[in-house]
Order: sequence, then structure tokens, then C-alpha cells
Amino acid sequence: MPSKAAPEKKQTHPAVGAAPIQRRLSQSHRGSVTDARDDDQELGNMPTNYMGEHNFFGRQEDQLKLTDAELNEEHTRILTARNPQAAENIVRFSHKERMFKLIPHVDQLAVHFQLDSHLVHKESEEGKRQLMLDSEDVKIQEVEVTTSAAGPDGETSKEGDEDDDEKAKKITASSGKSKKLTNQFNFSERASQTYNNPSRDRETFVEQTPRASFADNVSQWSISDAYNEDFEHQQKAKEKEQKKLVVKKEDDRKKKFVAVDQHGVDDITKLSRSKSASLSLKIVERMINQNTFDAIAQDFKYWEDAADEYREQGGSLLPLWLFQYDMVKKLACTNLTWNSHYNDLFAVAFGSYDFLKQSRGMFVIYSLKNPSFPENIFPTDSGVMSLDFHPHYSNLLCCGFYDGSVAVYNIADENKQPKYHSTSRNGKHTDPVWQVSWQKDDLDNNLNFFSVSSDGRVVCWTLIKNDLTYTDVVQLKLEKPANQTEEGFPLISLGCGTCFDFNIQQDYLFIVGTEEGKIQKCSKSYNNQFLDTFDAHHMAVYAVRWNKFHPKVFASCSADWSVKIWDINYQEPLFVYDLGSPVGDVVWAPYSSTVFAACTADGKVYVFDLNVNKYEPLCEQMVVQKKRTKLTHITFNQHYPILLAGDDRGNVTSLKLSPNLRKRPKAKKGQEIIDGPEAEVAKLEKILSLIRDPDDVRNKSTAQQGATTAVSGAN
Amino acid sequence: MTQAEVDDTLKRIQEHKGVQGYLIINSDGIPIRSSLDASVTQQYAALIKSLSDKARSTIREMDPSNELLFFRMRTKKHEILVAPDKEYTMIVLQATDAS
Repeated sequence: MPSKAAPEKKQTHPAVGAAPIQRRLSQSHRGSVTDARDDDQELGNMPTNYMGEHNFFGRQEDQLKLTDAELNEEHTRILTARNPQAAENIVRFSHKERMFKLIPHVDQLAVHFQLDSHLVHKESEEGKRQLMLDSEDVKIQEVEVTTSAAGPDGETSKEGDEDDDEKAKKITASSGKSKKLTNQFNFSERASQTYNNPSRDRETFVEQTPRASFADNVSQWSISDAYNEDFEHQQKAKEKEQKKLVVKKEDDRKKKFVAVDQHGVDDITKLSRSKSASLSLKIVERMINQNTFDAIAQDFKYWEDAADEYREQGGSLLPLWLFQYDMVKKLACTNLTWNSHYNDLFAVAFGSYDFLKQSRGMFVIYSLKNPSFPENIFPTDSGVMSLDFHPHYSNLLCCGFYDGSVAVYNIADENKQPKYHSTSRNGKHTDPVWQVSWQKDDLDNNLNFFSVSSDGRVVCWTLIKNDLTYTDVVQLKLEKPANQTEEGFPLISLGCGTCFDFNIQQDYLFIVGTEEGKIQKCSKSYNNQFLDTFDAHHMAVYAVRWNKFHPKVFASCSADWSVKIWDINYQEPLFVYDLGSPVGDVVWAPYSSTVFAACTADGKVYVFDLNVNKYEPLCEQMVVQKKRTKLTHITFNQHYPILLAGDDRGNVTSLKLSPNLRKRPKAKKGQEIIDGPEAEVAKLEKILSLIRDPDDVRNKSTAQQGATTAVSGAN
Repeated sequence: MTQAEVDDTLKRIQEHKGVQGYLIINSDGIPIRSSLDASVTQQYAALIKSLSDKARSTIREMDPSNELLFFRMRTKKHEILVAPDKEYTMIVLQATDAS
């Protein structure tokens, strides 16, 4: 009879199989290793008990075929309670020891059936109910069995059975409610156990593939950049298709050269060809310079001399950067000019003033942002005497040389050759060209510039298409001395022009300074005659400059140690200053009509302000490092309060003007500050009028700005 | 700029006062020119490349029409100047006045 408990798995096979095995146990001894495969087949593929080391695979083609005799051999086998499904050699990674370790004891427990149940106290409600159910079940089962038994054995009817039936029925009737409804059919459970194939692991080891990690940022802009690049590539591809033939030939030739040094040269040459990379390189260099000259840069921007408040009138010049270049150490700075477009770019011309020591020259473009090395260097055959940037096309530079030729350069060009050059056939001067100056475009919209030279000619050069054509504008004829007899042919001797300047308001009017000390007032329209002549100086006039605001005032400086301020209509100078040493250059300030600066051969820079002090300079300062260095040229910057002074050792010093030197006139209380050129002009007029009419000196304190126009009648 | 000018500029940079070294890396982060020794170069190349990329990406995220031109990191011992570019990045180490 099967047990009372819930239906269990019927295990028939092991009962069958166990018997023969058990028989052998008596003879068994551990340790005998035999081929257990054949036994298994007899048993019908049941992996019940086997020795540890064997694996069962099922019959295979190449399996040993044994004869019956061998098959019937007795093999000792050992019955062990081992779980056939459990693995034999489990290897687990031990984190403590950081290695794989073999686990010696493997759990051999095999659970065949498991039923979870609860314990209930037999006196509780639940317990009592359960007990009742149990007893009823037993009786029902007994009844059923007997009834089924009674069925086939109809004859054997027992009275007891009927009673039992009745009892059972009664019980069923009484406990019908609590009884579980069972299937009216014969419900029997069937189960079978299948053979579980043993699992097998296969592993292989491979060499690790090399890995490289890669990171990048993606965002909208990078995507749009990629699209733009692709678009450009497509455009280029279209263009290339059109030019296919020409390109092929070049490529063949190029391949021979490039193939040799592909790797090492590639990167650096690509770098030099890439424009943006060279830009970055420039930026880096400038930043390094900024770091090194940090103090100076700060001073340049922010430093204002506080001592000026205590000084009544005087100011000072703070030295900033010193621009030096090895190659020009022996040359003198012959001209300085700022670029018309970029406020920090300036050009310096180098040549030699010594008549005997003439050699090559050069001109150099510097930027304030990089004081240690020039931006551009243009070597030339002969000394450069003068430079000028075109006011509109800030890349065009015209220059005059010691050998009398003039040239026009494009400084943005890669090669350092001039675009235009004048030759001896082309109207070249026969003496050094001391000054050049761009003019407004002529009627045909051609660029043109003027040059003045010691050969006494003032020449106008025009750039027509690819040529440089010249026109003699004026010839500086000398006046014949009175005692010369008129025998023979009168020779017309020409004076030597050393400098000139064009009036800002009236373009045709210009003044020329000569080596004899005279200043000629000329006009572009009159070729043969001067409009006027000033007996300015005793020695050569080095510079003449018109005032930047006032149309009638100009300054001149000379080797006779003096600086003179003139009004174009008067033969006598308005102001005369004796500076004690040949004055190399005089220049008006761009921000005020009454301020001007001069530099002398003893290395000093003088700054005057007529509004503050008519007789004394506001500042007199030695700016050169070594003694006996002559300052040759000086210039103001349009934008920043800076002076540049060039000397004859090839150095250019930059100086910052202190506040006193840049004073704007103070407004009286209750008055507006009238700014702009008109105020400047008026300011100067006031001063001039005081000079001319000493009677008006008493009106000086009461005169208001902008109220005085010409007081004297001679304007 | 020609090859010679580039070389000139780099030489000038190296000889400038306070400059301890420079290196130029390409867009993959591989140094193509350097005046420092190999291990230091590699370190700088890898680290600063990622920083420079991040900085560039930041600026462009804020305003896509903008572009990072230059940045510097001032440290206790020296100053690192970085000029990133589409294909190349220049890095210069310069000593500050204090150090």
C-alpha cells in the first residue's frame, strides 16, 4: 500500500537497479577503478551510483565494443551517497587570496522532493479542523477502495461494507460542506524522471585584442562644423574636377620629392603651411613677451605719474619698451612712422647718415605687442632714408633710399621685394631722397606720392597700373647772389631739399626745407616759382611740420640748435627755442595744437606746451642709454600717449607722456568744455594774437575760450 | 609662414627670458615638436590636450560663433601658456617673476 501522505513520486527503477548493485556491495572495496559504462547500459541509462572519476557520455561510435564475457565481468562498485549532478571539482575565486582555489568539499545533497508545510497546534481551531479532515479522508479512502474492490469482486459483498458505506455516506453527508470536492473521474498522478544530461564546459583562451580608449566631446557646434567642412570639401571637389589635367602633371613631379621624407617633415611643414597654426604661434610669442615685460605693459596702460600733481608745470617721460634688433645695431634710425590703420604697428627705417660709410639698409615693422622681435624685416640695398604708410591702404609703404631711388612695398607680401621701384631711367633722384609722402588719389584715382631730395627736385610719383611714373613738381632754385656778373650762360643752381610737409587743409600748399637754411612755400600748381621764401635757419633745416589743427602755423628745426614756430604769412618766426644741440626732429602732438616735441643730438627729448609755458619746455629728459647717442627722429602715437624716439645706434625707445604733458585746457567754472579741432585752433590763435599784439596782454586773464578769433587784422 | 620662419620663431621663444620649454602637439594629442624630455612631454601632451578640448568646447557651447584663442594657467612654480588651434596646439612653459 502506498503511504498515507500526499502522493509521492514512485521510484520503481532504483528499486530494480539497487538490487544488483547492493549485491555487489558485499564484495566491494574502495579504490577499484573500472569501466562503468557497460553497467549503465544494462541498467537503462540511470546515473545512480558511480565512482568519482568517471564521466558518462552515452554510447559513441568510437566506443569500445566488448564481448559478452567481458561484459559479464564483475566489477567492484561502491555505493556511495553522492549526488551525481553535483560537480566534482569546483574552483572558486577567493577574494581574500586573490586566486582561484579548488573547493575540496562539494555539497552532495540532492533534493528529490520538498514540501513546505506549517506546524499547527493540535488543540487550536485550525488543528482540530485538520484532524477532522484527516480522519474523514481516511474513511473515504477506505470506502472507495472497498467499493472498487467490491466492483470487480461483486460476489464478495460484505455486510460490513454496506455499513461502512452508510457510515461513509453519513460522514460525507455531514461533512459535505467542509470536504474538498474531488474529481469525479479517477484522478491519479503520474510522474516520470528523465535523464538529465551532464553538462560540460568548454573554454578557450585568446590573446587579448589591443585596446585604445578614445574620448571626445560632441555638441551642436561640432556637428555644424563637420557639416561645414563637408560642404567645403564638396565645393573643392567640384573645382578639382575641372582642373584635373593640370593637377595630375604636378602631382607626378611632386611625388618624387615628397616620397622620401614623409613622416618627419610632414608635421612641421604642415604646421608652417597652416595659417591658423602660425597665428597661434604668433599669439604664443606675444603672450610670452607680455609675461616678460609685464611691468612695462602695465605701466603703458595704467601708470600715471602722480608727481605731476606737485610739479607745477613740468612733466616727465617714462621709458617703456626698447626696440632693438641685432642686424641694425650699426645703422641709424632714419625715420619712424606709425601705421594708419593699426595703432600698435610702426615702421622704422634704417640707414646711415654718414656720407662715407654707406652700406646696405633695411626697414623693419614692429608691433608694440611684441617688443623683442620685429614683425617684418625688409632688407634693402641702400640705406632707407624715409618711409610713409598710405593713409587708406595701410599695407602700402613708400620709401626713399640713399641712392636716390624710391620704392613702394606691400608689407603683407611674402617676398620682400618692392612692388614698384624707380630706376635711373625712370626719374630716379641723383641724391638721397630725404622724405616721401603719400597724397590723395589724383583725378584718375591713381595712388601718388611726393619725394624731396638733395638734388633740388620735388617729384610726384604716380602708380599707373604696373608702372611708376614721375613728374617734376618743383625745382628748388637758388637765388643768384647779387654780386655775380652776368657773363656767360646763367647757370641755374638748385638748392638741396631736406624735408617737406603738406598742409592738411589746403592740399596744394606745401613747404620745403633746404640745406641752406631756407624754407620755401610752394604750391603744386606753380612749377617754377615759389610762393614765398623764409630765411629760417643758418644751417640745414632738418624738419618742417605743419600744425595738425591750425592751417597757418608750422614748426621747423635745424642743425643750428634752434626750433622755430612760424606763421605762414609772417616772415618773422613766432617762437624761437635754442636747445643747445643740433635738433634732429620736431613734431606736433595729435591731441593738442599747442604741444610739440623735439629731439636733439645730445640724446634729450624736449616737450613744449605753448598754452602752459611759452618760453620753457615742460620736459627736458635724457632718454638714451649710452652717452653720445644722437636722437634722430621722434614721433607721437595717434591713439596712445606714447612717444617713439629713434637714435643713431639702431634703437627705438618708447616713452610715455605724463599727465602734465597731455593737459587739456581746464574749463572755467560754469563753462562747457569745448572739445575738438576748433577749440584747438582757437587756443592757438589766442596765443598767437598775444605774441603779435602786446597790448592784448592785459586781456589775457579775461579772455574766454572760443570767443577770440583773429584779433590782429593780418589774418 | 615658411618653414624657416617657424623654426626661427620657435628658437626665439625658447631663448626668451624665463621660458623653460615648449611643445607642439597635433590634433590627436601626439607631440610633434618639443624641447622637454620624452616622459614630461607625453604627460603634458595628454593632459593639456584634454583640458584644452574641454575649454574649447565650453566656449563654443556658450556661443557657437566664438572661438578659444589662448589661455594660460598660472601656478605656483611657473606659468603654462596654451594656444589651441584646429590642427595644432602650442604649449609653452614660462617661469613667472616670483618663482
